Amino acid sequence: MHDTETETRAANRVEIVCFTVEDQDFSIEISHVLEIRGWTSTTTLPHAPAFVVGMMNLRGTVLPVVDLSLRLGFGKTEPGKRHVIIIAQIDDKIVGFLVDAVSDIITVDEAEMQATPDVSSSRTQAFIRGVHSLDDKLVRAIDVREVLPQEAPLSA
Amino acid sequence: MNDLNQMFFQECDDLLEQLSSGLNDLEAGAGDEETVNSMFRAVHSMKGGAGAFGLDQLVSFAHAFENVLDDIRSQRLVVGDNVVNLLLTASDHLADLVEAASQGTELPPEQGASILSDLKHVSNAANGTSGDEQETVEEVDEADFQPTFLAIDGDLPSLDDMAAPEADAPVTIRFKASQQLFANGHDPAILFRSLETLGTLEIEADLSALTPLRDGPWSKPALSWTLTFTADDSVDEAAIREVFEFVEGLCELEITAAATGPGDLPPLPAPSDIQLPPDAMAQDTGTASAVAQPTGDAPAPDQSDAAAPATSAPPAASRPASSRTSTIRVDLDRVDRLINLVGELVIAEAMLRQSMDEMPSSANSGVDEAMSQLKTLSGAIQESVMAIRAQPVRSLFQRMSRIVRETAREAGKSARLVTVGDATEVDKTVTERLVEPLTHMIRNAIDHGLETPEARRDVGKDERGTVTLEASHRSGRVVIVIKDDGAGINREKVRQIAIDKGLIRPEDDLSDGDIDNLLFRPGFSTAGEISNLSGRGVGMDVVRNEIQSLGGRVSLQSLPGRGTSVTVSLPLTLAVLEGMVVKVADQSLIVPTLPLREMLQPGQAKVHTLCDGDNVLALNGEMVPIKDLGAALGFRSTPMCLGSQSLLLIEGESGHRYALAVDGIAEQREVVIKGLEQNYQKIPGIAAATILGDGKIALIVDTDQMIAPPGQGGWVDRAWPDATGDAHHA
Repeated sequence: MHDTETETRAANRVEIVCFTVEDQDFSIEISHVLEIRGWTSTTTLPHAPAFVVGMMNLRGTVLPVVDLSLRLGFGKTEPGKRHVIIIAQIDDKIVGFLVDAVSDIITVDEAEMQATPDVSSSRTQAFIRGVHSLDDKLVRAIDVREVLPQEAPLSA
Repeated sequence: MNDLNQMFFQECDDLLEQLSSGLNDLEAGAGDEETVNSMFRAVHSMKGGAGAFGLDQLVSFAHAFENVLDDIRSQRLVVGDNVVNLLLTASDHLADLVEAASQGTELPPEQGASILSDLKHVSNAANGTSGDEQETVEEVDEADFQPTFLAIDGDLPSLDDMAAPEADAPVTIRFKASQQLFANGHDPAILFRSLETLGTLEIEADLSALTPLRDGPWSKPALSWTLTFTADDSVDEAAIREVFEFVEGLCELEITAAATGPGDLPPLPAPSDIQLPPDAMAQDTGTASAVAQPTGDAPAPDQSDAAAPATSAPPAASRPASSRTSTIRVDLDRVDRLINLVGELVIAEAMLRQSMDEMPSSANSGVDEAMSQLKTLSGAIQESVMAIRAQPVRSLFQRMSRIVRETAREAGKSARLVTVGDATEVDKTVTERLVEPLTHMIRNAIDHGLETPEARRDVGKDERGTVTLEASHRSGRVVIVIKDDGAGINREKVRQIAIDKGLIRPEDDLSDGDIDNLLFRPGFSTAGEISNLSGRGVGMDVVRNEIQSLGGRVSLQSLPGRGTSVTVSLPLTLAVLEGMVVKVADQSLIVPTLPLREMLQPGQAKVHTLCDGDNVLALNGEMVPIKDLGAALGFRSTPMCLGSQSLLLIEGESGHRYALAVDGIAEQREVVIKGLEQNYQKIPGIAAATILGDGKIALIVDTDQMIAPPGQGGWVDRAWPDATGDAHHA
């Protein structure tokens, strides 16, 4: 139900970055990813939704870090050395996604993405664009725009 | 061609500004001879440029305009109110013409017809009464306006002077090509040939500088030429210069009128720098441009030397050196990139310094010295780079004077604009984005604020209302005040309208400040009927949104019968901020130093607790409310024990004071402002962020928003009604 810029053409091969959050597999398109970094401490923001961990300094750029686990409803991450931050550019914003680990970069056919199963959670519907079945794994494609903090701060 | 075009219009903007500043002086009675001269030059330059681009409408209007200015200059016309008004109207129309031309269109001819005829009328009348001085305005002849005649020259007074030698007296031209001229593929012979088409030409080559071939260097040109040129009719010096236009800066060019007027000194022998021996050609670029400079600016004879014979008007001689500072136009993006890089540099420097500080104290002192030098340098670079973007608000204010005139005319009121502090420098982006809101507020001030002349007379005011625009730097922000001396806000009427529009209920009890703030509510318009001026469906709410999007705030004060003033306070974007690093709930935060008045250590302060845990500080007999920073930002739910906290006494924009309680004060330092909005969003109570020496991010506290955080009324609302309206935006 969510349009993406790549879904228009059939047999569209895209590369995706797979990562895990709470042992579940997710992915975002590689075109969004600027770099992947180890966890660095962030500066807490006042009046921010809980899933915004804080602001980090990426070589002089100040950007917010989103706790994907909390955002996707898995509970708060206690970030430590093993966690990584995926720096992603979405439109003209740069944000960091705090995830457990990055597992793989693979090429998939965008046309073969299965629609998000019809589940009741509106959050699932909004945040998951679709699902790739890979071997025995189910890799969920994140809708990066939706998981961003929205303009009106959510009180969480 | 496009580039040239664009350059012309940019130049026109500058010239219009120059014109308008002259007019303002004139209007204020402060104008002297040079004022009129500079206005004349501005209009004339526009005419010249317009001629080159074939913008006939602009040319003919500028011409009429210029004639009137010339009459003033030569004192055939006495400057009275009528004349000033006419000139103001004419300059507005000129601006319109330029605007239209820049969009490739023309205004319908009838639009400026009456102004044009007024100008002509004034100028004719002036000349009629002052006898037969017509020859000094001989440019009236339309035939002079062939594009070839009109080189883009910045200077005028010389025009009259060169009128004399142009027609039949021979002109001596000394020409010496630089190496670069040949390198660029120009050929003096071609230039001379094209000059020959304009008149009779005798050429004499000067071979004296020629050295024997074996002495070299061969790459340096040694020839110079002396041309004796007798121009055909209607060819003047500008036309001669035009021939050499494309080699401007690549040659030494001197044009001397052989015949001089009575009483004039004979022309000097060629200025010494013309006769440079070939070995001095190394400095060629320098000398060449110095000599060629007047080509663009002042087509007056003998201009190239400071000791120029008195064939030209004195202001012209002094001009290239004084007010025409050389400028370049640079893409804003490039400047911004530079500013960002310098910001990074400063952060890197701070990080380096910090890690140096952490090194054992045995570190060698040479490094220390180099570090402090680096710090000085990076500071200086930063300052200079910031200065590139900063521009005086003068041009912005000058645009407003036109709005005042037009609005007053349309509204049938009499108004004048007074500007204060127009040298205040503001970031360019801010200036640009202020145009709309300021325009709107000025319209409001005149349309709604000022009374009609009759009404003003009845209450004993000057019939002519005054709108004041005032700019100043205050607490690290730019404050712009738009003030009128009108009737003030009619609160009864505002209240009634708000009730009619359903914005408030009739039984609501509103303070004066609350009522004033109704003006900022969307969909509010006080004009009983939609007038052509203010009632354009946008109100003060749009103004406020625009200001807020610039990180600014608007507040409004009004006194019945005395007038209304709107205060806009804007951040100096991109600036470096002097701040105090404080600790709150294990976080480092920055409190700007500017609003900071005093710091109190724990135990030093006399704190009294009112009900509900509200604390006040007794200071010199004044009760100052205390705000816990940690609690205000939501870092902790209950304020810490005040006994262990330091207090920062803050004086807000509108002069009210409060104390900010923090856990500890670390140090004072300069920080580079990093916006939060680009990657995130606005955060209430936080102005921006910065990066500390250790690479960590610290948030910069917005001390003015601290006073009335969203959703909490508290003491602020009661004490400072004016400040609340804009704080509730989250």
